[in-house]
Amino acid sequence: MADRSFSVSRIPGFAAVAILAFVILYLPIFTLVIYAFNASKSIAVWEGFSLQWFEAAWANRQVKEATLRSLIIASSASVIATTVATMAALGTTRRAAFKGQTFVYVMINQPLMVPEIVTAVALLIFFASIKVATGYQGLGYLIAAHSAFCVPFAYLPIRARLEGMDLSLETAAADLYATPWRTFRRVTLPLLLPGIIAGAMLAFVISLDDVVITEFVKSGGQDTLPTYMLGQLRRAITPEVNAISTALLVLTVLLLSAFFLLTRKKE
Amino acid sequence: MNDIAVEARNAVKTFGQGDHAVRALDDVSVTIRKGEFFTLLGPSGCGKTTLLRLIAGFEMPTGGQILLDGADITDLPPNKRPVNTVFQSYALFPHLTVAENVGFGLEMLNRPKAEVRQTTERMLALVKLEALAGRKTSQLSGGQQQRVALARALAPQPKVLLLDEPLSALDLKLRKEMQTELKRLQHETGITFIFVTHDQEEALTMSDRIGVMSAGKIQQIGSPRDIYTRPVNRFVASFIGESNFLPATIVQGAARLGSGHSLAVEGLTPVDEGRKVTLAVRPEQVRLTAEDEADTIRATVRDLVYFGTDTHCHLMLSDGEEVVARLQSPASGDAGLSEGQIVGLRLAPGAVQVLGD
Ligand SMILES: Nc1ncnc2c1ncn2[C@@H]1O[C@H](COP(=O)(O)OP(=O)(O)OP(=O)(O)O)[C@@H](O)[C@H]1O
Ligand SMILES: [Mg+2]
Repeated sequence: MADRSFSVSRIPGFAAVAILAFVILYLPIFTLVIYAFNASKSIAVWEGFSLQWFEAAWANRQVKEATLRSLIIASSASVIATTVATMAALGTTRRAAFKGQTFVYVMINQPLMVPEIVTAVALLIFFASIKVATGYQGLGYLIAAHSAFCVPFAYLPIRARLEGMDLSLETAAADLYATPWRTFRRVTLPLLLPGIIAGAMLAFVISLDDVVITEFVKSGGQDTLPTYMLGQLRRAITPEVNAISTALLVLTVLLLSAFFLLTRKKE
Repeated sequence: MNDIAVEARNAVKTFGQGDHAVRALDDVSVTIRKGEFFTLLGPSGCGKTTLLRLIAGFEMPTGGQILLDGADITDLPPNKRPVNTVFQSYALFPHLTVAENVGFGLEMLNRPKAEVRQTTERMLALVKLEALAGRKTSQLSGGQQQRVALARALAPQPKVLLLDEPLSALDLKLRKEMQTELKRLQHETGITFIFVTHDQEEALTMSDRIGVMSAGKIQQIGSPRDIYTRPVNRFVASFIGESNFLPATIVQGAARLGSGHSLAVEGLTPVDEGRKVTLAVRPEQVRLTAEDEADTIRATVRDLVYFGTDTHCHLMLSDGEEVVARLQSPASGDAGLSEGQIVGLRLAPGAVQVLGD
């Protein structure tokens, strides 16, 4: 290599450390996926290839219900969180700098800073009193809670995209007789769309994956897929959990790949 | 007064507050006539863009008024003003095709589809871009983007077209081409153009009138000839072209130099008698003669700088003042002068300007 400038890759042991890090990261997941296809009931001894655990999970009514519930919550929460995040991003970037700007950023990103367990306990207590007062027991609480903690995840890619967009495009639209609303519809929104989709997908994945807040907020019989799996593990560990995890992993990887493709493409 | 397209009355614009306040426009009044090619010329940061933005409506003036066709439009938002802008950065919509960009304004005016299509085609023909109608704007060269921006701004047939340094991103050759093109477009459409540049040559060759700006103020407004031959102050005289500045005193209706020579100057009144003034003379108006000829000022050649088409001869007068003479280079390239040589220097009466400040 002719380039003599500093490069971390020339530090002795660089390759070994990098490989070790990847092994530590991915070996457990790899093992989990492998044993989802195990023919026996063991999650530690390999006894041949089989799809029986996928079939078992597919046939399990509780799994199906929990999956459906997870999808309903994640879709609702990502739509609500993305809408709120889009408005917040427009409100914080499409205007002159204002007093308390940093404070507002921090407030919007609050769920990223406050420990999840604190939010969970707070919501438990807060929703408990509402439940008593209204008698309502439905999924609304979970959807509201998920929407709230998904906002910053949706906000970040949307704001990043907006900051990269030249304000002069909106100025040009106004110059060409577009009303503020039509400027938004014809110029801002189409250009912002990749950011919005990325934000929505990120919110969806985060919601799908949540255990702590869901565990505290859910009423009886409102298990989502992750909390159902947690419950299963408390009883007996079977490769069925591996199979469900593998399916969840595939879904997440697909969504995140799409997310990276979308955010990459804008450059 | 119905031949006035745009008027700024005592326009003031300040950015920021308190100690950090910047007075971008300081009591600017200017009238721009219908169908005129008006250029705002001035150094960076003098407030040219700010004035355009006030006329377009992107910025509200801190004080004063903006009038269009005699009507006060100061409070009108940009989408309600029949004024279009060609942005320095072009600001083309990257998600739309060339044709969609050009048709955007008409579409927003809710014109019928057929009209939008026809006008778009006509505009694309006007800027010679018919072949690229379906392209995305990111696939265009700088010059082509420039034309799209022009066509887009012209399509809704605005009363006034604002152009903020539209040529500054282009290379020299393309720039010359576009200058001609712009003049042709202005001629064909009859639309009032307000053009911003900090290139004095561009301003001189293209404009009907020029407004020279400095530090948020209009320094002088006039035809290119006026501005060049009769600058009102030292700023204008040195910003547009080059000038020699000589201190003088008005004695008996003439300007007396430090060296004792008197020069006839125009436009003096009796109250000027005894006043200390600055004279401005363009280097190409300085003639050299033999030292002993009558009515000449004696000067010593200090330096000769060869520029190809002409040679700059730096001279020193007997009182130490410096004067530069621009002499056309003879075929041989040798001006026939040498350093230290004593020559005679002659200034034609019309060539000497008395500056105001
Ligand atoms: N939005 C703004 N906020 C604060 N100051 C500003 C703003 N816009 C312009 N200014 C200031 O106002 C002054 C005039 O700016 P303006 O952009 O009109 O200059 P200009 O003549 O167009 O210069 P250039 O040739 O560099 O484009 C400058 O000092 C600039 O810093
Ligand atoms: Mg400018």
